[in-house]
Amino acid sequence: MKQLAAIGQYFLMIREVFKKPTRWKVMRGLILKEIDELIYGSMGIVIFVSFFIGGVVTIQTALNLNSPLIPKNLIGFAARQSVILEFAPTFTSIIMAGKVGSFITSSIGSMRVTEQIDALEVMGINSLNYLVFPKIIALLMYPFVIAIAMYLGIFGGFLAGVFGGFSTAADFIEGVRIDFVPFHVAYAFIKTMFFAFIIATVPSFHGYYMKGGALEVGKASTTSFVWTAVVIITTNYILTQLLLG
Amino acid sequence: MIEVENIHKSFGDNKVLKGISTSFEKGKTSLIIGQSGSGKTVFLKCLLGLFNLDAGNILYDQDNYANLTLKKKRKLREKMGMVFQGSALFDSMDVADNVRFPLDMFTKQTDEEKRERVHSVLKRVNIVNAESKFPSEISGGMQKRVAIARAIVMNPKYLFCDEPNSGLDPKTAILIDNLIQEITDEYQMTTVINTHDMNSVMEIGEKIVFLKEGLKAWEGTKEDVFKTDNEAVTDFVYSSELFKKVRKMYVEGKN
Repeated sequence: MKQLAAIGQYFLMIREVFKKPTRWKVMRGLILKEIDELIYGSMGIVIFVSFFIGGVVTIQTALNLNSPLIPKNLIGFAARQSVILEFAPTFTSIIMAGKVGSFITSSIGSMRVTEQIDALEVMGINSLNYLVFPKIIALLMYPFVIAIAMYLGIFGGFLAGVFGGFSTAADFIEGVRIDFVPFHVAYAFIKTMFFAFIIATVPSFHGYYMKGGALEVGKASTTSFVWTAVVIITTNYILTQLLLG
Repeated sequence: MIEVENIHKSFGDNKVLKGISTSFEKGKTSLIIGQSGSGKTVFLKCLLGLFNLDAGNILYDQDNYANLTLKKKRKLREKMGMVFQGSALFDSMDVADNVRFPLDMFTKQTDEEKRERVHSVLKRVNIVNAESKFPSEISGGMQKRVAIARAIVMNPKYLFCDEPNSGLDPKTAILIDNLIQEITDEYQMTTVINTHDMNSVMEIGEKIVFLKEGLKAWEGTKEDVFKTDNEAVTDFVYSSELFKKVRKMYVEGKN
């Protein structure tokens, strides 16, 4: 029952986020700040994770292809499919739920604890629009992050495959190019847009409605990560069924 | 002027405000006093419109808050200034940007006009050479003064302060009290202060409302505090030995 009430409250929050917009002059600065913090600030971890995940996927695939009947270009093919369909959009989003989501919850939660949100409300400002809307807009840039993750994941796979002696460069590149379905990339980006919205709003919800002091800010960050991950994984399943099923 | 008519507020089964009526006049500094848990903060948050009332009315210059549209409520809030207990300055902004914030949000002033206004209010609250510092880099007393500057930068009609002296040494606390009173007089605002500080009661209490267990137990002026026979008030105000002696001297002096 408590969970149902929270879900209802989440959708009421979303409605409020799009009401009474903050002045564009102020909002523009907030959006640029959020792009810097949420997108640019996450590039390091995304680059690191996607590069090595691509490498690991390639090695695991190669080690499991023992039959001489299976062509070697399948290593590149499997790396491409795994990275584009799942590892780049979903795995990176789970990482972002931890990195960006915790930051969003703790920063909004701290503002709640120190009465900064009350200060906004007293001034007659729609605090949800002021705090959450710029994050949603900033995370519209998230597909660019995922595009980089896709590229680096495949590149990491290429390096691991070729320099690890599992595949030749020509075989790997051929594998990456065969049976390419452009819709798979579109599917990944559609998922990414949903995940971006979830990463912006679920942690904001946990920060905005938290009660208590500093300890509760920490607890809210943990709860926020768990719920963001759960919602991302559930949404991933539903979208996969709808778009590819 | 703010008129409060028989307001009630509960949280679940917990009845916090049980029917309070009073009024706060323009150009005067009114204090809400009472023990912790007496409902002071909830009362103040009801005045600010942060909590919806269960029953009763609050009228701001004859306008009943409950009957206002959301747009008008927000317009009314633009006329309110609030100094929070912990100052509630925005951590990510420096002192000047904190004070400038309401101007950016609600006015069409040029950058130059805003800069001048920020400079003048900071000067008014005696903050100099700290415009580019962040809240974490200044003292608690300075944070309070910056919070006051932010609260008055839009020339509000109503100023609310929640425990403006908490965490301050007695000397700084008196400076803050005097500053609030001077500004109230200067800007002709309706000022309501929540406080535990008996020095404030004696210094600036032009009207004092004493709350006990969600009810108004007493109201009067700082002079009345010396004369009252209300046991709840005297127990609260003269709980320290120092104030008991002050009262004894006052009563003996009168006789």
